[in-house]
Amino acid sequence: MAGVLGTSIKRREDPALITGRGKYTDDLLVEGMAHAAIVRSPYAHARIRGIDTSAAKTYPGVVAVLTARDVAAAGIPGMVPVGWLLPDLKTPAHPMIAADTVRHVGDAVAVVVAEDRYVARDAAERVAVDYEPLDAVADVVAALEDGAPTVHDDAPGNVAFDWEIGEKDPVDAAFAQAAHTVELDLRNNRLIPHAIEPRAALASYDSSTGVMTIHMTSQNPHVHRLLMTLASLGMPEHKVRIVAPEVGGGFGSKIHHYADEAIVGLCSLKLDRPVKWTATRTETNLTDAHGRDHSTHCAMAFDGDGRITGLRVDTKAAMGAYLSTFAPAVPTYLYGTLMSGQYDIPAIHCHVTGVFTHTAPVDAYRGAGRPEATFVVERLMHLAGEATGLGPIEVRKRNFVPADAFPYQTQVALAYDSGNYGPAMDRALEMIGYDDLCREQASRRGNGNGRRQMGIGFSSYIEACGLAPSAVVGSLGAQAGQWESADVRVHPTGSVTVYTGSSSHGQGHETTFSQIVADRLGVAPEAVEVIHGDTDLVQFGMGTYGSRSAAVGGSAIAGSVDKIIEKGKKIAAHLLEAAAEDLEYEDGSFRVAGSPDRALGLGDVALQAYLAHNYPDDLEPGLSATTFYDPANFTYPFGTHVCVVEVDTETGSIELLRYTAVDDVGNVINPMIVDGQLHGGLAQGIGQALWENAVYDDSGQLVSGSLMDYALPKIHNLIQFELDRTTTPCPHNPLGVKGVGEAGAIASPPAVVNAVVDALKPFGVTHIDMPLTPEKVWRAVNAD
Amino acid sequence: MTVSIQLEVNGKPVQAEVEPRRLLVHFLREDLGLTGANIGCETSLCGACTILVDGNAVKSCTMLAAQADGAAVTTIEGLARNGELHPLQDGFWEKHGLQCGYCTPGMILSANYLLEQNPSPSDEEIREGLKGNICRCTGYHNIVEAVKYAAERMS
Amino acid sequence: MYPAQFDYRRAGSVDEALGLLQEHEDAKLMAGGHSLIPMMKLRLAQPPVVIDIGRLDELKGISEAGGGVRVGALTTHADIAASDILAASCPVLAEAAGHIGDAQVRNRGTIGGNIAHADPGSDLPPVLVLLGASVHLQSPSGARSVAAADFFQDLLMTDVGEDEILTHVDVPAQSAGAGAAYLKFEHPASGYAVVGAAASVTVQHGRCTAAGLVIGGVGAVPTAVDVSSLVGADLSDDAIATAASGLDTEDPLGDIFASGDYRVHVGKVYGKRALAAARDRA
Repeated sequence: MAGVLGTSIKRREDPALITGRGKYTDDLLVEGMAHAAIVRSPYAHARIRGIDTSAAKTYPGVVAVLTARDVAAAGIPGMVPVGWLLPDLKTPAHPMIAADTVRHVGDAVAVVVAEDRYVARDAAERVAVDYEPLDAVADVVAALEDGAPTVHDDAPGNVAFDWEIGEKDPVDAAFAQAAHTVELDLRNNRLIPHAIEPRAALASYDSSTGVMTIHMTSQNPHVHRLLMTLASLGMPEHKVRIVAPEVGGGFGSKIHHYADEAIVGLCSLKLDRPVKWTATRTETNLTDAHGRDHSTHCAMAFDGDGRITGLRVDTKAAMGAYLSTFAPAVPTYLYGTLMSGQYDIPAIHCHVTGVFTHTAPVDAYRGAGRPEATFVVERLMHLAGEATGLGPIEVRKRNFVPADAFPYQTQVALAYDSGNYGPAMDRALEMIGYDDLCREQASRRGNGNGRRQMGIGFSSYIEACGLAPSAVVGSLGAQAGQWESADVRVHPTGSVTVYTGSSSHGQGHETTFSQIVADRLGVAPEAVEVIHGDTDLVQFGMGTYGSRSAAVGGSAIAGSVDKIIEKGKKIAAHLLEAAAEDLEYEDGSFRVAGSPDRALGLGDVALQAYLAHNYPDDLEPGLSATTFYDPANFTYPFGTHVCVVEVDTETGSIELLRYTAVDDVGNVINPMIVDGQLHGGLAQGIGQALWENAVYDDSGQLVSGSLMDYALPKIHNLIQFELDRTTTPCPHNPLGVKGVGEAGAIASPPAVVNAVVDALKPFGVTHIDMPLTPEKVWRAVNAD
Repeated sequence: MTVSIQLEVNGKPVQAEVEPRRLLVHFLREDLGLTGANIGCETSLCGACTILVDGNAVKSCTMLAAQADGAAVTTIEGLARNGELHPLQDGFWEKHGLQCGYCTPGMILSANYLLEQNPSPSDEEIREGLKGNICRCTGYHNIVEAVKYAAERMS
Repeated sequence: MYPAQFDYRRAGSVDEALGLLQEHEDAKLMAGGHSLIPMMKLRLAQPPVVIDIGRLDELKGISEAGGGVRVGALTTHADIAASDILAASCPVLAEAAGHIGDAQVRNRGTIGGNIAHADPGSDLPPVLVLLGASVHLQSPSGARSVAAADFFQDLLMTDVGEDEILTHVDVPAQSAGAGAAYLKFEHPASGYAVVGAAASVTVQHGRCTAAGLVIGGVGAVPTAVDVSSLVGADLSDDAIATAASGLDTEDPLGDIFASGDYRVHVGKVYGKRALAAARDRA
């Protein structure tokens, strides 16, 4: 249907969600359901001397209490695996229930199953664990120091991996000859994803069929099934069904396979009845994979014209107590490869040490590696604007990869397929009214460095999304493919059902995917149903993360639609007694070229495909197609963001005044949804810059484990965003789309920090680590 | 022990025996099957469990079911009337004021209370009025738009 | 999280509540429940018996009394914030109540429950101390009142005895020529006051005749600042800043968001700004 692509049609997901009818995992109430409560370590590091479950077992209403012994007795693998391997990666065992040692606060040591969730919690408190507390280390730098407590005996010095990309010698040479250099020591703060729906699972094993069904908070049910069956429960894959019902946000945290969901599965397996577990906020914050947590030294060299000649980055990246599903990939292939940013940098070297700490694991969180890389590059570019005297705009423009240089091969593996960076920046400058802002800033500075200073910060970012292609990611260590599947079925009456391997958890796939089909197949969006998130319904899928659903999942759907049209042409040609080559497909009709009256609608052709009475000899009946789309490359969204802040130099408080974002995410399927994704990403990135911080104390206790201490962005602290787009279609996928889920979170942290540092320029401030709490700002203003 | 309670939920009388410690949100979700009110935290900060008790927005995770004895409770399930969406439900749909939808029932009921108090709020008053509800998806931009849309339609 | 088990008693009168308190050792009174229930959910409080006094109409409401305003212990923050009586005679208390938590919390939380819990980041205590409010307590042996300044004893500790119920708070009306203000430096996560500055200034015939400043959030209890230097002074910005800089707390509170030193600094800045706002309203 013409005009449906690129249109802000309202979401079909919403009627259920605005009336309270949408069913999230914890909403599922099943006959005979018991409730699990997991007993967790209160220590960051301890030896388990013994566990006394007798008081819990005899507590009224308790069905069972399981420990590591029961995992062993069940004869299942009982492990939580890592899904991305690097050369020489240390992969210490991660048992789903700790047997002899706990390695972070929240590590599971037992599980109580009871008839009621209140009773399960009561009994969990009656499981007596005899711990021998051991020294712990929670800080990524401290963990590498001599004599630091060891997280795993088989990872000496707490080093999980030592990885590098780029060439070191050319970088050293660039620095030796540089006209200007800038350098920075920074911490990229640890974040807790905080999907507002905590993780949950409802496992229902039926011994009469041998089938286990697990409804759970998943971004990728097939990946969860694979890891759950292979490494944890040891069940055959075809006997396990994983369903993601409504999922209340993920942001990466619901990609990973965790111990808890496997434990719930074990409980159901053992008890032969449904068992539900829903994390409390505290539990989910202690056990969800966190994000970021880097300590980085970085430096950039420039020639006399302000052109970048070299970039050097050395990062210590926390892995936490165990390697989470994709953890090793995040600070390496999703980080080091992004170091060229939007710039033509002739020499780059990035070295990363992965570090075990006695904390929750660290893995992909919205942006995953790319926000950290963008922060390095864009903070250095801000400093470079000062050091070269070119200012923040000219220093960037001078170094942008020119529009005629694409495809552009960076020094860090990625080859950018397309880009046009200047117009996005120009549009952002126009929208923000840069010249007026500069006058306002000068007037405030001229006014005796008054109490309320204004700052303007830029971030010109690039991201690589739509993780691909499979062969490449496989060569880099991925233990999974990076394609996506789509099964498109045209029903005999011409309506359509799409089965996609993408797994929406707030993104609105049902709406946008129906738009893709409607546009390509010439049917109304309402004639298209989109099914996702169920391993029994969808053949296989990689799921939703890394801003990949439109570019990879959407392209798979487009591929299937194209196959259906090709097959339909053969059927229509037979019925119209024409040659298939002479048929055109337009607006839902197969037409003989040049003879507009000789046409058949999709429904007519579909019906014949299923009747197969009057049918081509060499064609199978039916009208459906499956596509496994494996992209040729990543996609490369980009843009320029500008943030304007006011800083109260007396208290250090920051007020957001303006935020303008000009993004290029390629072709847009639904502008309303694209803008919504950007808004959400911006809030999370601004949250990282200003408020969010996962803090462990020296003993490994999570000090900011609840919303009393972990400050999420709240409505009264944010502003309306000003957005616009440029459009540079992706040249290598059929839709020309790139991806938008993470752009806001990638671009915004340096824009905010650069703005604050710009505001404080009269005070000689050049850097403040995130989050920019008022106290840190105040201390920076008053530093000698 | 149990406590005997009688209340009105979405216009219908309800009678039940509850444990004193049973939180109102669990009573609504598990005993009455009204799963629209969600739980996102345990520190009375996220607001996902917001409902109306005697017309006032409250956090049902910070209220015992026993305290609701005699009250008139409205949950998201009771907001649409005669099959017609409330202007706020319409506004959230129209303006893309939700993504994952988990915070949405609470957000809509808080907004409903806000508009009862202040039928034509400014952007700032909307932001102040909804500060007890956390959304992780939308960045709040379209929530503000949705409430303004509803306010206009309701005036 | 879920509270541990407890027995629930609902009091029909203050006398009945007092009787239940005597009857059940370690029982806890519950007004709106917005301080107690969160503690019980985290199992930081596990009282064997909860006495629900939330329905005692005799403890609800705002009325004019003896030249001041009487606020019943069960009056919600929302009602205080919206009170016409307070707006006329003691607007700073309404202003502070409007800063508490969020709309939902203000609809359930009560002044009695709030001050009996005595969180150092609460918005009401510094204002009540500033205003010279008196807190009224009743026990089986009789009623007594205690000055707000003496009521708050330490972190989460007050003068309420085990057998007592907080019945109401009396707040003197603001005198003619007086201006008062409450300014809050809000914790971005909890919404509590990192610093809450309550200030009042009385100006008669162009001269300052009285001034007060109480800072919450910095110490375990509200910290009064001696601003008597302002009496008779011209209330210039400099004079106000000098007066506010007298904030002195021996052992300031600190957390991962704001250290003790920083809180004291902000207390001085917000004290100054609150005094200036009070001056402008006088």
